[in-house]
Amino acid sequence: MFQGGTGTGTGTTAAALRAGGVGYVFWGTALVWRIRNGYTPGFTCEDATAMTVLSSIGEIAAKAREELASVRDEKALEAWRVAFMGRKSPLQSVLRSLGELDADERRDAGRAANELKNELDGALESKRDELRRAQIRRAETAGRIDVTLPGRPLAEGRLHPITQTQRDIIHAFTAQGFSVIEGPEVELDYYNFEALRIPKDHPARELMDTFYVDRSALGQGDDDSKLLLRTHTSPNQIRFMEKSDPPIRIICPGRTYRNEATDPTHEWMITQTEVLAVDEGLTLAHLKGTLFEFAKRLFGRERKIRFRCDFFRFVEPGVDMAIDCFLCGGKGCRTCKNEGWIEILGAGMVHPEILENMGFDPDIYTGFAAGLGVERIAMLRYGVDDIRHFYENDVRFLRQF
Amino acid sequence: MRVPIKWLSDYVALSLPVEEIAQRLTMAGLEVTGIERTGEEWEGVVVAHVVEVSKHPDADRLSLVKVDTGSETFEVVCGAPNVAAGQNIAYARLGARLRDAHTGEKKKLKKAKIRGVVSIGMVCSERELGLSDEHDGILVLSESAEKGKPLGEVIGDTVLDIDMKPNRADGLSVLGVARDVAALTGQTLCEPDFAFEALGESVEARASVDIQAPDLCPRFTLAIIENIEIGPSPPWMQEALLGAGMRPISNVVDITNYVMLELGQPIHAFDYDKIVDHKIIVRRAQPGETLTTLDGKKRSFTSEQLLITDPSGPIAVAGVMGGLQTEVTDATKTILLEVANFNPVSIRRTAMSLKLPSEASKRFAWGIAPELAPMTSRRATKFLVELASGKAAKGLVDAYPEPMPPVSVTLAKKRIPQVLGIDPSEDTVISSLEALGFGVATKKDTFDVDVPYWRRDVQCPDDVVEEVARMVGYETIPAAPLAGRVPPGVPQPIRELRETIRDILVGAGMQEAITYPLTSLETLGHVVAADVLERVPPLAIVNPLNVGEERLRTSLRASMLQCVARNLRTTKGQLALFECARVYTPTSEPLPRESEHVVGAVIGARLDRFGNASAASVDFYDAKAYVERLAERLSVSLTLEASEEYGLLSGRTATIRTSDVDIGLVGQVHPETAAAFGIVQDVYLFEIRLDALLPHVPPVTHYQSFSKYPAVVEDLAIVVDREQTASSVLSEIQVHPLVASARVFDEYTGEQVPEGKKSLAIAVSYQAPDRTLTDADVAKARDKIVARLGARCGAELRS
Repeated sequence: MFQGGTGTGTGTTAAALRAGGVGYVFWGTALVWRIRNGYTPGFTCEDATAMTVLSSIGEIAAKAREELASVRDEKALEAWRVAFMGRKSPLQSVLRSLGELDADERRDAGRAANELKNELDGALESKRDELRRAQIRRAETAGRIDVTLPGRPLAEGRLHPITQTQRDIIHAFTAQGFSVIEGPEVELDYYNFEALRIPKDHPARELMDTFYVDRSALGQGDDDSKLLLRTHTSPNQIRFMEKSDPPIRIICPGRTYRNEATDPTHEWMITQTEVLAVDEGLTLAHLKGTLFEFAKRLFGRERKIRFRCDFFRFVEPGVDMAIDCFLCGGKGCRTCKNEGWIEILGAGMVHPEILENMGFDPDIYTGFAAGLGVERIAMLRYGVDDIRHFYENDVRFLRQF
Repeated sequence: MRVPIKWLSDYVALSLPVEEIAQRLTMAGLEVTGIERTGEEWEGVVVAHVVEVSKHPDADRLSLVKVDTGSETFEVVCGAPNVAAGQNIAYARLGARLRDAHTGEKKKLKKAKIRGVVSIGMVCSERELGLSDEHDGILVLSESAEKGKPLGEVIGDTVLDIDMKPNRADGLSVLGVARDVAALTGQTLCEPDFAFEALGESVEARASVDIQAPDLCPRFTLAIIENIEIGPSPPWMQEALLGAGMRPISNVVDITNYVMLELGQPIHAFDYDKIVDHKIIVRRAQPGETLTTLDGKKRSFTSEQLLITDPSGPIAVAGVMGGLQTEVTDATKTILLEVANFNPVSIRRTAMSLKLPSEASKRFAWGIAPELAPMTSRRATKFLVELASGKAAKGLVDAYPEPMPPVSVTLAKKRIPQVLGIDPSEDTVISSLEALGFGVATKKDTFDVDVPYWRRDVQCPDDVVEEVARMVGYETIPAAPLAGRVPPGVPQPIRELRETIRDILVGAGMQEAITYPLTSLETLGHVVAADVLERVPPLAIVNPLNVGEERLRTSLRASMLQCVARNLRTTKGQLALFECARVYTPTSEPLPRESEHVVGAVIGARLDRFGNASAASVDFYDAKAYVERLAERLSVSLTLEASEEYGLLSGRTATIRTSDVDIGLVGQVHPETAAAFGIVQDVYLFEIRLDALLPHVPPVTHYQSFSKYPAVVEDLAIVVDREQTASSVLSEIQVHPLVASARVFDEYTGEQVPEGKKSLAIAVSYQAPDRTLTDADVAKARDKIVARLGARCGAELRS
């Protein structure tokens, strides 16, 4: 805030400072400072005449340049700043003394002082930059650390691989307009079998070994009210259609149970995702398109799919879907048992009898359904060779995903 | 279903390579799960003629066999009792790789000295060739087998293993598979030959049947074949049976098995002379009736089980197994041949309850066309005449009280594109269906389709549509993106909360586990009080698979502790696991209440900068931290109140509440409970009921403005009774309107704090929404707070 040629400003400041009782002996303190910081006093302030003012400006400039050259750190730089640019610096006292000069002299001396002030400002800034860079350079050498040491341990948590896979599956369908529905795991025989056209004593029941739940506490019920652990997520189809009208697009993820001994490819608890769509104009081609999109999202956009005939009582026609092997690209390898195709799910068009039972006219409405085994898909994705790993819950396994 | 290719080619010309046929069958729903080639593995095994058999000089049970391969003769030591001069046998040269008859392992055949005699090569049994488990004697080949020919060329075959689905009962027969092969490859089916000459006296006068349970037995036929000579069946039949996975036994048994596999209809042969009055009565069992079946076991029956009887009592369990008394033996001269149709459900239940599943009962349970009975009887009789020198009686006893009407289906033409999304030409539809044996009459808008008797699974128009799709190929159906109306979303608040909780806990460093919902009362008893288990007994599984997995869990804590225990052996340092799952509470409704819980457990030593287990172990506040993280992230305000919980350590357990509703707990597992799971360290867990938490979770977080004026933070050190909770002190401080927040940053007991007291250091942040607070404002507020703490909590400022 230097205003060359006006004097009053600085004079006022000085007066105010004096009045406050602080910083009265500027030169003296500066000297103390300099001595403490290794400076030796190089000059003294003379009487204020035009010539002496100009010459002391020159002297100050020379001294300031000389001393700045020897500054090596931030602390010394601050001392230098105080000494040459501070309130009590010779430059400031020169400026304060300008008022004693006549107008012409004041103008020349003022310009010279102002130029010096600008010069010193610039020098200070570039010295600061220089020091900062030097410090960074020192940090790069003296402060060198071993970057190969491990980072500090962060608490690590992962979702179970089945949860991760289930979420990816769900997303592949919600992106196509499906809503997620969940249903009971302890289910009535009616929903698990009868309503899906799997009557009692039908050989199709042999495909799904069932855990029955003792309901003796509730008294004897008829066969339809037998309690069991659901063997698939398909009962949700019936439960949802009972209370909703087309258009329907739902997926039903959940745990299901089969009463069969475990081995590397069989687990008695399996996670499924049921898919159901009912509307006018839905065909097997839409089922293919929907599942194709799912397969591409989970296994890569370049995937090919294959539909073949299969049998499930609650669909007609029935479908088994395979994808081309993503490991060998269909040439044949261990994962695809040299077939080039990997079967991943069962599907089909909802049996018209079921639509009719749900009160939907099968001549108008058609629907498709699919059931996906999440463990199977997870095994394929992650290359897991034994399904039993999933529920052994060994963290050495779980933390890999 | 195992289908030998040689057998299959009796009915259809195989115009394509086996792999291609297998592929087409698979695509059409007859999934070929394996193509097995017998013979390929018999390297170094050839047909040889037994020239001479003599006794081993030094072993009674061994013989020396001289075999001729056409170009050379070798002497072989053989232990088989059935080896005889003049036979053609399978001879393994030195170097052949054979299965060890005892271990089943494959070994390279070397020259061996057996009881002092050198044996060059070996005469093979079926087991050594991998044909069957038969090892009582050597395999005897047909007389026409050419000496020196590789065995694979003589009896080798390719077998398709087909995973038949229960709708295709017709596919449980070689002829049924041949029908699909013919249709799928454009070939004509060559029907088997049913013709024979009946020279015996008419059967009607010599046997009768009385069906007293027509609901369980729609059709029953009887034929009589006399002058039977029991002996081995011809090699071609034995090979066919071996290929299909059945052991040849004798001509009569082999014929009944062969015809069953060929046509899909089981047959039972009785010894005619052992049937009292030659009169068959088909009826339900009477209480207390018993029968000793072919396997020598005495069985008793329920009144729902169907028996074949004669006037003296039961002679067979219908469709399941024959009786020992009327069995065909070597002495049998006349056979009474039963070919019948039974109710599938009845046979399935009987076979299951008697634990006698068989090829026959499976076919009955899948359902057999009644039309097959007389055809099958004729085919079997023909073989008994030709291969067992039998004399067939004229005619057939055929009781079929209510003939099943044929099935016809009217298929609207527009239905095919409506279901399949493709519209094949009328010619394609007609030729496809006709190739499969359907009759088609074309009308203006419909196809009138007559279903062949063997395809009664086809009952509705869409079943016919599937047949069309099978024939045109599922691969011709395009993939169309889903279009049309998108239904409105269905809210699933519990699911959404659960998924959010999973993300929060994983983000906080916990590992998710998924455990089984089945457990035992004993295991649950470690975490649920006995009176609770008694009052709300967990649901039981009627037919558990494993011991310890017979009850549906009512708490997740036990399986979580099992999970912790399992991982302790292999984990150093801290272990933090959680699970989101359901517990099942029985109610007066048929379905139990399935409520979602989240359970978490933390155990072990904290980690230092290098991930080493440090001296400090996790404690209650580690478990609580996860609960607090959940509360913060879900914008729920939770309070903890010291409580007593079963299985948890009192004094280190708290109930978690929100708005005075109990939503869960957090605490240290009681050391004895932990020990019951094999855990010796301190373990802490939390459990929260999602349905209780859900109503308190705001659907969205609302923005709250914050003061733009600076806060003044002051530390306050107070001394209170040890029993005084930090939360009670904080809530008194927070009452003051200028207090923006207050938190405990230290708790201290010991020197300078009187006995029974504790010192709490609290950072209080003062702030006003409308101005910068002055020192005087803060001092005034502080004084008021200190006074209030003194009055309400008995707190004193720490000097």
